[in-house]
Amino acid sequence: MPPTHLAAELRLPANWLDYGLLAIYFLFVLGVGFLARKSVKTSLDFFLSGRSLPAWVTGLAFISANLGATEVLGMAANSAQYGVYTVHWYWIGAIPAMVFLGLVMMPFYYGSKVRSVPEFLLLRFDKSAHLLSSVLFAFAAILIAGVNLYSLAIVVEALLGWPEWVAIVVAGFFVLAYITIGGLSSAIYNEVLQFFVILAALIPITVLGLKRVGGWDGLTDSLTAQKGGDFVTAWGGTGIGSDNPLGANWLTIVLGLGFVLSFGYWTTNFAEVQRALSAKNLSAAQRTPLIAAFPKIFIVFLVMIPGLVAAVLVPKIGQASSGLEYNDAIPYLMGQLLPNGVLGIAITGLVAAFMAGMAANVSSFNTVFTTDIWAKYVKRGQEDAYYLRFGRLITVLGVLASMGTAFLASTFSNIMSYLQTLFSFFNVPMFVVFIIGMFWKRASMVSGFWGLLAGTVSAMVNYFVIYKQGVIDIPSDQGANFVSAIVGFVAGAVVMVAVSLFTRPKPIEELQGLVYGTKSPGMSEPAAEGDDAWYRRPALLGWGAIILAAACYIPFSF
Amino acid sequence: MSEFSEKDVQRSVTELETKSASAARLFDIRRIIGLLFVVYGVIVTICGIAPSDGSLDKAEGVNINLWTGLAMLALGLFFLVWLKLRPAAPPPPPVGMEERELGGDH
Repeated sequence: MPPTHLAAELRLPANWLDYGLLAIYFLFVLGVGFLARKSVKTSLDFFLSGRSLPAWVTGLAFISANLGATEVLGMAANSAQYGVYTVHWYWIGAIPAMVFLGLVMMPFYYGSKVRSVPEFLLLRFDKSAHLLSSVLFAFAAILIAGVNLYSLAIVVEALLGWPEWVAIVVAGFFVLAYITIGGLSSAIYNEVLQFFVILAALIPITVLGLKRVGGWDGLTDSLTAQKGGDFVTAWGGTGIGSDNPLGANWLTIVLGLGFVLSFGYWTTNFAEVQRALSAKNLSAAQRTPLIAAFPKIFIVFLVMIPGLVAAVLVPKIGQASSGLEYNDAIPYLMGQLLPNGVLGIAITGLVAAFMAGMAANVSSFNTVFTTDIWAKYVKRGQEDAYYLRFGRLITVLGVLASMGTAFLASTFSNIMSYLQTLFSFFNVPMFVVFIIGMFWKRASMVSGFWGLLAGTVSAMVNYFVIYKQGVIDIPSDQGANFVSAIVGFVAGAVVMVAVSLFTRPKPIEELQGLVYGTKSPGMSEPAAEGDDAWYRRPALLGWGAIILAAACYIPFSF
Repeated sequence: MSEFSEKDVQRSVTELETKSASAARLFDIRRIIGLLFVVYGVIVTICGIAPSDGSLDKAEGVNINLWTGLAMLALGLFFLVWLKLRPAAPPPPPVGMEERELGGDH
């Protein structure tokens, strides 16, 4: 949940040293853009890094694109509000989906050589599914980029005193510059850089925060005393029918969050999948989400612990009397615990996280807009150089549009939570359409479009009509999201199957490499040297991540 | 209206791959990460060498600047050493439409 407002007394004691560290970061970011420019000769270079990146780079970019600041601040806020339940978003709510993407779906994605997620739908279904998904995605990407930009502006204003419009314009300009100049390679390289800067920001906060409240035991003791024992467990209080602040039970957590919402995001959100598609061969592409799964398992501690610490230090956080919102958890701790120097690193990390979230959406937007919408429906058959130029132009326009939606968002304080919910709607129906399309050869050509439409509409109806009008009682927005996700999934699936039974399937020759059980004609490349090393085996990495995540639940489950 | 099929995608992307410059001319990011963290590490470590009482009190008595600075310096050096010991494979010679995945990994 992005910050809609930060408390007034969060101003940080930043000095010239901290600003210097931030300025150095901006210089490096721009430098990466300029250095990457030499490698951009074709549209494939600009949109997909020429499909040439090593797995460690794409893997870290994959996790970094997800570590936007709305995620970091939002998950800390989640922890301050719901306690250790936050781990669900990182373990069951991410790892299985990431592993599924790497082991099962990537051979189809990468083997078919599609340049985007909607392009896969074009091949598997038809133009109507393609156009609908491209338009929805492009729209969503610009709005999310704008939300990231606006959230950055609020945070920077509260912490450093810069006026909102200054932060929007300055940050927007930097992202615009490095992506227009250097393309996806520049975005991905900067995401890798941002990953380490974000770690450098969060680790001191976590370490000092723990010290302040007396270590892990001191933390759990204080929280248990204030909020009850369930607050520090993952599953306590989640029996069906029992009451908990999240309004979810273990079933909606596992099915709603763990399966539907999570798979919808990780397997079909092009801002993520694009990072894997830019890898240099199938093995690297498969390993991208698998490599990313390991930091994902552990990063939860770096966002959850600060949230929990804030809940201890400010017992009434989130209520009017404390003057602090849940979203203020990490900024509050930065001001309380960090001296100048590390404070500058933390500020840089926060800014880096916002820029990573915005850049991932801008770089996926320009790809979908150019190769899926423009090149297929508006200006067909031009030379590649034309699409490369157009890609740069639409990047500039896309960032300007994001700045516009950022200013628009500033006029509504509540629209941001609606936007978050709406975007989770778009991911789930895409996932249904993909999963049925990938595993059921009989799914007909037009079923993709109808399934996508039905799933999206029914999830929205569930949220706006059934939840908001109180037809069914669900205590929290997050809980309602889980239910909407399940509704969207079921509706989309039912419609797809029904439509398929009455319409033409695609001929099997055209489904090669798109459906489970077929092989892509282009995928018989020999394995790269060294890719059969034991630590490069996708199955080992994938199952290793799942077992590790399951093991991490154990200390929090009893 | 002609169908856009899997074969069209394979053909256009494979063609672009042969003309692509990324593999040959994209710089190695390890140098940049290494450099940034060495710079950060040095600056923050210097802050930590003579900490004021105020900053120590704030940080629970932990000289966080020193520790963070040294950790970042170590990270930066790790990347530079990794780059030195396992430099990027030289770009493959330009080829036609054949597969060219022969180089080692980073």
